Order: sequence, then structure tokens, then C-alpha cells
Amino acid sequence: MHLFVIPALLVYAVFVLYPVILTLFNSFFAFEGLKRGAWIGFDNFTALFTTPPLDTRVWNALGNNIQIFVLSFALQCVVGFLVASLLYQYRGGREIFKAAYFLPRLLSLIVIGFLWQIIFSPNVGALNQFLEAAGLGALAQNWLGSPSTALYTVIFVEGWYRLGFSILVFLASMQAIPGAIFEAARLDGASRVRLLWYFMLPLTRPAWMILTVLTFIASFEMFDLVYAMQGVTGSPFYSSDTLGLLFYRLAFGGEGGTAAIGLGSALALMLIVGMALISGLMVFFFTRKRVEW
Amino acid sequence: MLTTTTTTGVVGRGHQGAKRTRGNVRRRMPAMLSYAVLVLFAIIEMYPIFLMVANSLRDDLDILSNPLGLPTQPQFGNYAEIWERSNFPAYFGNSVYVTGVGVVVLLLISSMAAFYLARFSFRWNKALLMVFMLGLTLPLKLAVVPLFMLMQSLDLLDTRNGLILVLIAERLSFAIFVLYGFFVTLPRDIEEAALVDGANVWQVYWRVAMPVMRPALATVAIVSIVGMWNEFFFPLVFIRSDELRTIPLGMLTIVGEFSTEWALLFAGLTLSSVPMIIAFVVLARQFMEGLTEGIR
Repeated sequence: MHLFVIPALLVYAVFVLYPVILTLFNSFFAFEGLKRGAWIGFDNFTALFTTPPLDTRVWNALGNNIQIFVLSFALQCVVGFLVASLLYQYRGGREIFKAAYFLPRLLSLIVIGFLWQIIFSPNVGALNQFLEAAGLGALAQNWLGSPSTALYTVIFVEGWYRLGFSILVFLASMQAIPGAIFEAARLDGASRVRLLWYFMLPLTRPAWMILTVLTFIASFEMFDLVYAMQGVTGSPFYSSDTLGLLFYRLAFGGEGGTAAIGLGSALALMLIVGMALISGLMVFFFTRKRVEW
Repeated sequence: MLTTTTTTGVVGRGHQGAKRTRGNVRRRMPAMLSYAVLVLFAIIEMYPIFLMVANSLRDDLDILSNPLGLPTQPQFGNYAEIWERSNFPAYFGNSVYVTGVGVVVLLLISSMAAFYLARFSFRWNKALLMVFMLGLTLPLKLAVVPLFMLMQSLDLLDTRNGLILVLIAERLSFAIFVLYGFFVTLPRDIEEAALVDGANVWQVYWRVAMPVMRPALATVAIVSIVGMWNEFFFPLVFIRSDELRTIPLGMLTIVGEFSTEWALLFAGLTLSSVPMIIAFVVLARQFMEGLTEGIR
């Protein structure tokens, strides 16, 4: 009878628990290539923030990840909420719109990255060509090649990829609200903006919670898309570097020298703990106040 | 197209009870504006995909001289050419194999585990469930170094089966979470009746529990198919040989090799997306529901 759980447990213990625990463990040891040396306490953690040039990389990537989260929140959650509220009000063609918004979510981020890379290419890319044709040639620029725009361009593509998902989650949440609430408010003469702000916003709180947490996790795990669009160092000049890329470079060469595995494990531990902690705080914040119908 | 959707919109809005005191124009304006916004977002979301497919049917010169143009004489030869000149057939086969085997094995072992956790009451079941649920918060990608060494010692590096094991492990907690959640909402009556009738637990699991589990199994299957088909990080780390690459990793090779032949590049990108696009067109509702219900 125990045979029911043994295959799953075996796979889980060997391929999830063991490597995760070992990663946490490794972060407290000195490494010489693949060889584990002595216990060094928190030295790997302090080294991440104090050894040049690694420290600038860590702060730079952390700053980028924070920007990715804040802007992704605006692009995916706030815009997603507004689009969903329009879809909620107008029934005509809803299913078609939903499908159109959602389709990008099914493609590989690598395919999406390369596709947008071509669209953004400076001379013959579709975007700059379009701007020229529309008489906005002054706005055309080297979107992915210039340090001032690269990160934001990647964030835009990430938003493009995930927007449909947010819209669908918000819409489902809105459709679950009893319609009588809106009828009553409308009869009282509440305006659209007021309806949105005083009813729709608080009543979709669970959707906001889930999407904020998911956006946060996706922002801090960001890897595939930047890798495809900007390469393993987040070009140009690390301007679109992320903690995910930095971790990969520590784990598989290119950064951190011979001590890299210990440093990478320390970074992994901080990310695992940090993401769990902040996600937990977000859930706490969103569930603190309950809205009653 | 804009005008027709707008009229239906006004009708739809009237049904929602607009205030009659307002003028006709003032009542139509928000509806038209709203539809304009909805259509604009649909264009933004769809246009790049449209551009990818359209350009895959043109030739290099045509694309470079007029990047926004449409295919005048569709060149289906691009697909044949990328299929023959690159390792694409191998990538495609590997993706089908990895996703197919991965999803089937995942469904099998996770449903067995969920059945065990939900239907038996051993002392350790609560703790076991907790341990499995812990995995929901652990990003396995950050544990890739020990995983890499483990795979090395098990001789699983650069093998498709090794990759499959990791992809299953990554989704195990999620699958058990969804299936267990579904199991506990189901009454045990039929299963108990089957036991009384002399069926053994394996028969109950396979003949009674599995069929009623279909909606939850479909959710897990859809999330896993999309995830495994598009997985990039683990193939990047574990697969070295070009002929063992899955599509997303193979795209790196293709982009490197055909960086100046845009038509072929677009054909490759299109070919790699076609299976998901077709599946979505056929099963749009199931995909949207599955991926939003099985959040993450």
C-alpha cells in the first residue's frame, strides 16, 4: 500500500529536498572549485557584498530586480486590472479578447525574446520602422543596445508576456462578485470611477494578492527572457543584469573565481529565504483586512 | 470590425442599466472608447505573433526592404529549409519525448501519492503532506549546483531521461497540491462500495478514483505541458549534445547559425510555437481555465 507514495517521495527526496538542503548547507563553507573546504560561517554572505567587482554586480542586479518588480506590478497588475474591468463591463467579443490577450503566455520565453529582439533591432526592426513611418522618427533608438533603455525594454516584453494572465485572473475574480452589489451602487448614482475604486478594487483583493505575489516571484526569478534578449551578462554593460543571471554565472563559471560555488549558494539561500519572507509578508498584508459583502 | 463590435457593446451596456437621463452621445462615448482600448491591447498582444508568422512566409530581401510588409507570395519553402538545414527535427522529437513522458509519469506518481495522502490515514500522512507542500515555495533552479553534481554521479547528465526526472521533480509539489485538494472534496462512497465488492486498492485507484479525478488531472496536465515544452533553464544546464536539445535550447543554436537569414529564423520561431498555438486554438477554454486555476 505504501507503494502508492514511494515513487513520488523518492523523486522528491532525491531531486528536490537533497539538492535544496545541500545548497543551504554549502553556503556556509569555503569552496575551491568543486571541492568543499572548511566551515566559514557567514563569510560567503559578506564576501558577496564586499568583494569588488562582485559587490557592484550584486547591488546592480538587486536594483534591477526591484525595478523589474515595481514596473511589472504597474504593467501587469494595474493595467491588467483596468483592462479586466473594461472586459467585465462589455460582454461583446469577450472570449475573443481573452484568447488574444492570453496567447503569448503559451510561447517559450526564448522564442519571445528572439522575436522581440528582431522587432527592436535598431535599423531594420519593425518598431523603429513603424516610428519612422508614423513621423515619430525622433523616438527611434537602439532599444536593447543602449544602457538607458535595455532594462525597460525587457520589462516591457515581460509585461507583454504576462499581461493576459493577470487580466484573466482579475476578470474571474470580478465575475465572482455578486452582481447585486453593483446594481445597488448604480441605483444610488455612483459613477464608474467610484464603482471601480470603492467596490471593484476592495472586492478583488484576493486576486491582487495572488498576482502581486506571483509578479514578485517571477520578477526575482527572471532568467530566460533576459538571457535570450541580452545574453548571460545582461548587456550592455550589465545594465539589464538580474540576480538570476548572476546566480547562473556564479554556478557555471564566469564570475566569482574558485570560491564561486560557496558564493552562489549564499546568494541562493538569500533568494530562497528572502522570497519566502517577502511573499509571506505580502500575504499577511493582503489578508489583514477582510472585506465583507 | 471596430464599428460592429462597438454597436454590440452599446447594446451590452444598455443591458447593464445605464442612466437614461444622459444624452445619446455621452452614453456611447465610454463604450466606444472602452472598445478602442480593448482592441488596442489585442493588437499589441497579437501583432508580434502575427509578424512572426507573416515574416516566416517571406524571403530575406523582402523582409529587410520592407519589415512591416505582408507576404505577397507565401514561401512555405522556408519551413522545409530550416527543417532540413538545422537540427530542428531532433529538437522537435526531443521536446515531444520529454514533455510526453514527463507529463504521463508526473500524473501517474502524483495521483498515486495524492490518493495515498487523501485516502489512507497513517500517522505520518499529515507530516508527509507538509513536506510535499514545502516544495511549493522552493525554487528548484536555485539548487542547481548540487543537482548538477548528483546527475553527474548518477550518469544522468546530457540524457533526456535525466532531464525528465528533474522536470517532474520541479512540478511534483504543485501536482500533489492540486490533486490532493481535489481528492478531499470528493465523497468516498463509491470507492468504499468498490472495496466492499471485493476490489483491491489498486483497482479502486485505477478504475474508480482516476476517472473522477479527470478535471484535476487535466489542470495539472495543461500546466505541465506548457511548462515542460517551454522549459529552458534545466536543458541549458544539463544538456550538452546538440542532438539531445529540446526546442527552446535548440533555438540558441538556430539563432547563432542563421543570424543573418531572417526568413529562416522566423520560420524556426514559428515552427517551434505552432504546436502550442494549435493546441490553444482547439482547447482555448481549457488552457485559460487550467493555467489560471492551477496558478503558477
